[in-house]
Amino acid sequence: MITETHGIAHALLGNLTWAALPYVRAWRDPSLSEIIGAGAGSMVVLGAIALFALITWLGKWRYLWTEWFTTLDHKKLGIMYVLLAGVMLTRALIEAMLIRTQQATAINAPGLVEPGHFAQLFTTHGSIMVFFMAMPFLIGLINYVVPLQIGARDMAFPYLNSVGFWLTAAGSALMMASLTIGEFSTGGWSGYPPYTELAYSGGVGPDYWIWAVSLSSLGSMTVGINVACTIFKFRAPGMGFMRMPLFCWTSLCTAILMIFAMPPLTVVTLLLAGDRYLGMHFFTDGGGGNMMNYANMFWLFGHPEVYILILPAFGVFSEVISAFSSKELYGYTSLVLATTAIAVLSFTVWLHHFFTMGQGADVNAAFGIATMTIGIPTGVKIYDWIFTMFRGEVRFTPPMLFSIAFMMTFVIGGFTGIILATPPLDYMVHDTLFLVAHFHNMLIPGTLYGMIAGYMFWFPKAFGFRLNERWGRISFSCWAGGFFLAFFPLYVLGAAGMARRTQEVFDPAFRPWLYIALFGALVLFAGLASLFIQLYVSIRDRAENMVPIGDPWDARGLEWSVSAPPPEWNFAVIPHVGNRDAFYWRKRNHGAYVRADQYKDIELPKNLMCGPVIGVAAGLCCFGLIWHIWWIASLFAAASVLTVIARSFQRDTTRTIPAAEVEAVDRRWLAGAHASRPVPRQQEETSLNQGLAEGFEPDRAHGLA
Amino acid sequence: MSSGPVSPALRHAGLNLKYASREEAEQIESDVFGFWVFLMSDAVIFALLFALFGTSLEATVGGPTLASVVKLAPAFIETALLLTSSFTFGMASIELKRTHKFTRRHRHRAVGWLLLTWALGIAFLGMEAHDFVTMAGEGAVPDRSFFLSAYTVLIGTHGLHVLTAVIWLPILLMQMYMFGLDRPLKVNLIRLSLFWHFLDIVWIAIFSIVFLQGAIR
Ligand SMILES: [Cu+2]
Repeated sequence: MITETHGIAHALLGNLTWAALPYVRAWRDPSLSEIIGAGAGSMVVLGAIALFALITWLGKWRYLWTEWFTTLDHKKLGIMYVLLAGVMLTRALIEAMLIRTQQATAINAPGLVEPGHFAQLFTTHGSIMVFFMAMPFLIGLINYVVPLQIGARDMAFPYLNSVGFWLTAAGSALMMASLTIGEFSTGGWSGYPPYTELAYSGGVGPDYWIWAVSLSSLGSMTVGINVACTIFKFRAPGMGFMRMPLFCWTSLCTAILMIFAMPPLTVVTLLLAGDRYLGMHFFTDGGGGNMMNYANMFWLFGHPEVYILILPAFGVFSEVISAFSSKELYGYTSLVLATTAIAVLSFTVWLHHFFTMGQGADVNAAFGIATMTIGIPTGVKIYDWIFTMFRGEVRFTPPMLFSIAFMMTFVIGGFTGIILATPPLDYMVHDTLFLVAHFHNMLIPGTLYGMIAGYMFWFPKAFGFRLNERWGRISFSCWAGGFFLAFFPLYVLGAAGMARRTQEVFDPAFRPWLYIALFGALVLFAGLASLFIQLYVSIRDRAENMVPIGDPWDARGLEWSVSAPPPEWNFAVIPHVGNRDAFYWRKRNHGAYVRADQYKDIELPKNLMCGPVIGVAAGLCCFGLIWHIWWIASLFAAASVLTVIARSFQRDTTRTIPAAEVEAVDRRWLAGAHASRPVPRQQEETSLNQGLAEGFEPDRAHGLA
Repeated sequence: MSSGPVSPALRHAGLNLKYASREEAEQIESDVFGFWVFLMSDAVIFALLFALFGTSLEATVGGPTLASVVKLAPAFIETALLLTSSFTFGMASIELKRTHKFTRRHRHRAVGWLLLTWALGIAFLGMEAHDFVTMAGEGAVPDRSFFLSAYTVLIGTHGLHVLTAVIWLPILLMQMYMFGLDRPLKVNLIRLSLFWHFLDIVWIAIFSIVFLQGAIR
């Protein structure tokens, strides 16, 4: 809790005192719980110091600043988003293991951490997984892939893109800061008042949550505008809507959901801030406040958010299954319609998150039925993917394995979703581990598998070499197996009545299930560790796995029609599109890897420091708000506004790549393509694969006329 | 991707944008379209604040009610100020659009209309601030009740938007003198005019739902 400080110290440091540091707390009260807190804080601090030292030792600051931090290139921003997601995934998964350890060891015993710390654990785990892992991951993939797939040179608003990334990064930094300065909210990822109001949560925890989430939601809103504009306005000539790769469709629907679903989140977090900072009465117990307004608005964001998270993964699976089945996507039109139907329906079901909060049977029934309706378009998609594989030349590469595991696991999660969508049944299992099992059953296959599959699928495109397939399979086995071990016991426990977010357990009968779940969490962590090992091994052996020509698996979209990694300008000449699966048909009609008639100068945006400056300023402003250090808050609020204004005076914002340079780079790549040996798909996982896929005749291969 | 004159159909954007090429025209279309999308997102925020206001009407906990805080006369003047400012911004847009050659005379007229718009915006904000001060004097402060929180945030959010526009306008005028009517400035003027008219529409909703409702209660 906060001790009020006074006088000059308060003016300078607000509510910040020594007791905010976990080390001081651990020193004063050396319990295991506090020591774990101090250890986590130390990991952040030491990690940050080690990173700074390493970069300084390598002398890479200038390189990072000019090549990465100030870049407006959608590809580099996409990579940074995915990197951020990886860091945050690691933290949130460690927290998940701690949560599982706590429950498994706290059967009629205190366990490892005391209740306050446990509540922070599940709050940060949820907040990070949603706002700082899943969102950056999918935004990163969209950022990287969509402009390449639609034949564009960049996003519609490169500057906004950079600002969005740095706002998200600032939010993540606040999440990290809460480990080492102060504490985080104990109110769960949804931050329900009145518990998160001052009366019940007096510390800085909810303020950390409010400002970190606000930064993230602002960032996501800019992404929504950017992606929607890019897809609406910058498709290559001939790329009609019904010729777009399905990933673009799901990205477009996700973007539209972000545009309309992020405002409710911004509104609730800021109104909660109004309650906490200005004594207002939106969601308080007294003063006429009504927390149901919070519940409604939060889930008006929260349910569409589920589809913001899942739709991009659907897009990835569509691309992966089609590529590794060597078939065009079955039922493209129905997949498009299903995607749009899901996007629209997602706004009609938010009430199923609080069936038990007193709105009566008729309202509950209406929302229950609406919820089940979403199962129909989702089912259509599953059938489409199955029929895409049917009679295809299926290759069980790691991304394909993730896609198949997704289909099987996700359908089970859908069934338990139908149970929860039935209000009377929901009354039985709401707020139990059954619910926890259900949404992990949707989001781990439905988001995380998709993101990992997308990462593995497009990695060679982004970096020019393939990832190690063996470690990919090991990682897949851990994720797929670990998932069932970690979450199926929770269905049992939930049905047996074990409440979610329980710090101590009193029924010894739960013990075996909790042990299995803990083991599953460890297996999941091994899955993450294998991903890092895979990355390390792949970088180490990159010389043997180079795919510079850019099409390692005979894939179909325009993104595969350029070198790997693609040149900064993506396309030497903006392609004209005549078909769906544009690149595939060009390959079959011998139109791929041909020289352009004429090259032109290309204008690209210059690097810009405004993104990182705004991000840092906004982050510090929020830090000042959290600790009531008003001079920091106002100083950096002014700094971010002034940066925006100063940028608007800048006129010299582009630089020109001369046609000769574009031509030289293109010719070098084409010469490589003509010199390379096309690799048949049986050998595509060997070092013979240089990124030039051998033409494949599915009809002949099957003897079908 | 041929350069050269662009069909008149693309010259939709309110200002006469002398495009250099089709790429540039597409870029401008997208720049303006993106702002429309932002306004839609912003409109969702206002829709939610209106809904919240609607649920707050009875939550006065014995404090000031809508009927007691609403004063129709100043609200009417504020409405007149804001509507007039939209009109004057429209005149400025016409002045900017009409001119194939943007002469000094045209610039003076456009700048005149924009300055008038700016003055009206400031007058609006001044009256609104005065309203809030009067209300505070009567004990109608935002931490009094849910109703007053919702009232303050709904009208205050609109006011903050107007404040943003009022800060934005002189910045664009400065740029007009520094760079002339170049493309980024034209695009930003289009965006600002959209923003300004959007705030007008929101205000009309506020006038009808907050002030008129207060008057008939
Ligand atoms: Cu939902």
